[in-house]
Amino acid sequence: MKKLKTAIGVAFFLAIYLVLLPWLFRDQPYRLGILTTSSVLSLISAGVWLMFYIGRINMGQGGFALLGGYVSAVMISKLGVSFWLSLVGACAITVVVSILVGLPLLRLKGVYFSMITLSLTETARLAAQSFPSLTNGSRGILNLPLPGALKVAGFTIIPDFNTLDKHFAFYYLGAFLTILGFAVLYRVVNSRLGWLFRSLQQNEDLASSFGVNVPWLRVIALAICAAFAGAGGAFFVATQQSIYPATFTFQDSTYFLLYCFLGGLGSVWGALVGTFVLFLSFEMLQGLNQYQPLIYSLIMISMMLWLPNGLLSLKWPFSRSSVEPAAKPAIKPAIEEERP
Amino acid sequence: MGQVLFNGLYTGAQYALIALGLTLIFSLMNVLNFAHGQLYVLGGFVTYYVYGRMKLPFPVALVASALTLALIGYLFQTLLFRPVMRRSVRDESTMLLSAGTATMVESLVLIFFGEKHRGVPAVISGVYQIEGVFLPKGRLLVIGLSFLFIAVFILFMRYTRPGRALRAMAQDAETACLMGVDTERYAILGWALAAMLAGIAGAMLVPISGVNSGLGNWISIKTFIMVMIGGAGVVSGAIAGGLALGMIESLGYHFFPGGETYLIIFAGLIVFLAVRPNGLMGKAVG
Repeated sequence: MKKLKTAIGVAFFLAIYLVLLPWLFRDQPYRLGILTTSSVLSLISAGVWLMFYIGRINMGQGGFALLGGYVSAVMISKLGVSFWLSLVGACAITVVVSILVGLPLLRLKGVYFSMITLSLTETARLAAQSFPSLTNGSRGILNLPLPGALKVAGFTIIPDFNTLDKHFAFYYLGAFLTILGFAVLYRVVNSRLGWLFRSLQQNEDLASSFGVNVPWLRVIALAICAAFAGAGGAFFVATQQSIYPATFTFQDSTYFLLYCFLGGLGSVWGALVGTFVLFLSFEMLQGLNQYQPLIYSLIMISMMLWLPNGLLSLKWPFSRSSVEPAAKPAIKPAIEEERP
Repeated sequence: MGQVLFNGLYTGAQYALIALGLTLIFSLMNVLNFAHGQLYVLGGFVTYYVYGRMKLPFPVALVASALTLALIGYLFQTLLFRPVMRRSVRDESTMLLSAGTATMVESLVLIFFGEKHRGVPAVISGVYQIEGVFLPKGRLLVIGLSFLFIAVFILFMRYTRPGRALRAMAQDAETACLMGVDTERYAILGWALAAMLAGIAGAMLVPISGVNSGLGNWISIKTFIMVMIGGAGVVSGAIAGGLALGMIESLGYHFFPGGETYLIIFAGLIVFLAVRPNGLMGKAVG
């Protein structure tokens, strides 16, 4: 019964996402672009969500996304590789880097891990500025070509983007990547690996005493997280056709956290819902110019005040909430609610 | 070389003051305050207005910055952090809340003060010269004041009743509460003190290098580095981390005039944390 319900829900969602939305906005490339960006951002946030799932707060996702974007951009502009190969390359290199960096850093717990991953975002930005021969420094890499045709054994799977309406092409590519990403995420969470991840979230020491290879699992989680960031970064760069050191910053890293949190950490779809709701509402506030970040931060703060468990914790009318109970605290809060 | 060390001491002393505030909040309430850099910037702007625009003497500006920021710290705790900590069971909530607060403060600073870089005339001019090392009097004043405030802070924490209560709370809030420490009131005091330290540091910065609204995040990140070097939640660690980062930064800018200094610092930090995950003086954090 529950499976059927999930299947119907997913089918319904796909119908809206793949048919209704593009049809509604067929004459509004700007709106379509915003939806595309939401897709990518939700893909990147999915990685952050997975780190939340093993009880870590990853504030370096912006750095990984920037790395992925630069790998793709450099491969296209310097090596003349096609976009599709660079997408794979971006994923691969981001994963390798995340494993190299993750092995020492994942030993750090709680707030330490967050602080160091925050520095990673900044490291990525500085690295992009410090190697101008490869990255053009702060001027960035401009005028990247649109993705070309993807051919396998003579068959054209995806035609050249120049021959298509590029807004639709990017929309569907982004949708495809996002669906793929969330399918992977769903599969990971609802598998043996997912159970092991959950054991890390509850109590790492206990898990390790039961023979769970904790360090290895953490690296796997970070690698998956980084792969999402790499793919998302590369795709985002392709849509913008340019990349700068400021394409993904510290601010973006915290926004990814916010998206996950707004959606809710209890469900796989949290990152998706959170990103779409927040990013779209943010875009609607476009006219506010300088007040935009202020309003964004006010949303962030009021959410923490009134809806600390995320949007998906709200109960739908006429149905029991299917959201799993919220994560247990990793560290006990310093101040308890009751006082003598 | 002497010049490099002097610059390191000057930056380090200031950094230590900032790191103290962050560490105080962290050890008291397990809150990682992302807005700390923004508070520092805010302190700088208060000084800019009181000292630079209203032409009041510098000590007045210093006190004004300290008091304004203490008030803001008080408001933070009572309006934002206390309700959130009461309601939510997760640590992440306070972290995200502070990240939101950081954005809020930054955009408010941007709206009210604009994005221009603001400077004020030096508090005292003149330069001492000892064996080829230039010691500007303004910088000596900053070093002196920083160490003075650090000393006052340590004495306060060590010998006064609220200081003892704060230390008890940092060790174990629950037990402190059982022993009759009013943890809610002391949490407010802790926030006010921490914000005040950031404000003082900001006030001392303005006469020398000026202030602009975009500095905050970068200062916050630097503060995290200091805290990671020294060890989170320990006063001695914050001071050691602050001085260490100041020295390393000064040496780095001397040997690598390009932008690579912080890249090297980050790489070094990763290696360092692989060896000492709890920093120089930190205790194991769960």
